[in-house]
Amino acid sequence: MARNMRDSPLNLAALPVGARAHITHVDWDSIDATSARRLRELGLDAGVDVEALHRGSLFARDPMAVRVGRMRIILRLVHAAAFHLEPST
Amino acid sequence: MTARPLVALIGNPNAGKTSLFNALTGARQKVGNYPGVTVERHAGHLQLPHLGEVDLVDLPGSYSLTPASPDEEVARNVLLGTQAGEKRPDALIIVVDAGNLAQHLRFVFELRALGIPTIVALNMVDMAQRDGLTLDATALESAIDLPVISTVAVRRRGVEEIKAKLDELLAADTPAWAGFADMSLDERTVSARRAAKQAVVHESATRDVTRRIDAVLLHPIAGFLILLAILFVIFQSVFSLAEAPIGWIEAAIAALGDGVKGALAPSILRDLLTEGVIAGVGAVVAFLPQIVILFFFILLLEATGYMARAAFLMDGLMARLGLSGRGFIPLLSSFACAVPGIMATRAIADPKDRLVTILIAPLMTCSARLPVYAVIISAFIPARQVAPAIGLQGLVLFGLYLMGILGAMGAAFCLRRTVARGGTSHLLMEMPRYQWPRTRDILIALLQRAWIFLRRAGTIIFTTTVILWVLLSFPRVGSGSAESQIEHSIGGRIASGIEYVVRPIGFNHDIAIALLPAMAAREVAVSALATAYAIDTPDEAQMSGQLASHLGTRWSLATALAFLVWFVFAPQCISTIAITRRETNSWKWPAFMVGYLFVLAYVAAGATYWTAVAFGLG
Repeated sequence: MARNMRDSPLNLAALPVGARAHITHVDWDSIDATSARRLRELGLDAGVDVEALHRGSLFARDPMAVRVGRMRIILRLVHAAAFHLEPST
Repeated sequence: MTARPLVALIGNPNAGKTSLFNALTGARQKVGNYPGVTVERHAGHLQLPHLGEVDLVDLPGSYSLTPASPDEEVARNVLLGTQAGEKRPDALIIVVDAGNLAQHLRFVFELRALGIPTIVALNMVDMAQRDGLTLDATALESAIDLPVISTVAVRRRGVEEIKAKLDELLAADTPAWAGFADMSLDERTVSARRAAKQAVVHESATRDVTRRIDAVLLHPIAGFLILLAILFVIFQSVFSLAEAPIGWIEAAIAALGDGVKGALAPSILRDLLTEGVIAGVGAVVAFLPQIVILFFFILLLEATGYMARAAFLMDGLMARLGLSGRGFIPLLSSFACAVPGIMATRAIADPKDRLVTILIAPLMTCSARLPVYAVIISAFIPARQVAPAIGLQGLVLFGLYLMGILGAMGAAFCLRRTVARGGTSHLLMEMPRYQWPRTRDILIALLQRAWIFLRRAGTIIFTTTVILWVLLSFPRVGSGSAESQIEHSIGGRIASGIEYVVRPIGFNHDIAIALLPAMAAREVAVSALATAYAIDTPDEAQMSGQLASHLGTRWSLATALAFLVWFVFAPQCISTIAITRRETNSWKWPAFMVGYLFVLAYVAAGATYWTAVAFGLG
């Protein structure tokens, strides 16, 4: 799995279930344009708080479910890895 | 086009749009397709107090005007006035989920700039209250500068207010609607959050029902087992609950056939009616109960919000095959019928991922195969218990389903590494709150599905049955001739050509006759066999019970098994081929699909036949 930790200690793909964090910035370039737009339209963007809800099933750790505001969103870890986090205040 | 005003319902998915549409129009709706695309068009009428009747159309749920699917594209085109077959709406009802305003208002700010007179339906206010939200509709009105009406669609709350407001909007010439500026996605997000904040007066912490349910249903192990249990219950119900109503329908058809026979003097027309139309179409209509039961469960899973969870749970497994969890829903629907299944693949974002899902959808055992399986199994497999509560017949049926699923998995694995290589499958979807399903909404959708099925039976199946009857009945065999009517007919001669090809895999002349019309729809194979034997033995009733015993004496077990396996794989359904042509927008992929499935069917049926013969079952 892409563990992009260039300039942040934590990304969304590695956020443990039950933990909350603040999205500091997003590597939009690492995501195809259509998915990037849809993620933003679902409210996943820099400046919001996220919570990791669920992770995979019997077969894999992928995908994950997160909560943003009052939305629950399912996404794959390849996308989640683009979201850089800091502990929420 | 009518000169009547057109009102469009639009909103994010999961806003409760369909419930509101049902509340506004009632059960009298028209379901069709937009020209040239397979996007369903749901329309109805709405009686306004002053203006009288207006047309109401339910646009596909969308997140924005930048489409990510053909459905969203149709919604956008209608709103921009560029969709063929639909005029630009004169007024909009934007449906928003009161419990998720910051998300849903983003689209409102985009739609506002279209300059169409608009009402915002603040829907599911009761659910929002359950979640601890106290909302102020007036504050929301001033924050978004649009009229807002609180609604609880399921209890018809707010319906009269919406009608009154529509009267007002459609009567007045309001140039003010042109005044809203276009906003960027970021601006809309910021505005939506601000407006939501203004509208929410009070937010108290309540127990999060959805979170509690998900703790169980999305548990990595328990959740998966529950999903399997749900699937098991669905398939059990499809067979056990349908048994009685199928019996009633078959009895009614037999009575109808006898009635017509008694009322008319013997003639070609009477033969056409009883042997062709009633026997043929009747054999297909008889499995309406199974279709209805399967769709009932699919609608139920969708209405409760569980379908998104099923996609989540299946994604890990589907990813290994190069597909996404989104494909699970279309493939599950394909157990009812591949046509709606293939249409449902539109939700899959990646084109290659979607293509492979379309190509393997026909391998899911659709309900049209059931009559074929049922007749052959009851004729050749003894109704014997192999273990407590497990019958041999049921086990064979289960094996046929499993064979289709394994075939589909293998096909997906191969296709994703050859013809549909590349692209990355994604899974990106909203997971809605759990909701109690509304009986009325489910009943309306179920009636629509049943009607679409019967319409198909009444057109394509009726036509092919009649054509087949003609092909098998002419030219008439002379009395006293040793040749049977079927062998003498045009159809019999075409079948002799087919027989030449399928003889090596154990198929006989009867099967060759059935395969030809079964190209139109698989279930026609049963009516074709029924029609064929009815023509050959005109004095006998041609219902499946007699058909089964007839087959038992004429086919070997090896042939019967090969015939079953053939139907697991063979792409015998004109509708599926047609929908694949439309959904992939080319002849290349339907041709490929037909080719690979026929090869698979031939090889698998052949292998079955030769193996069975080697074991002395020939």
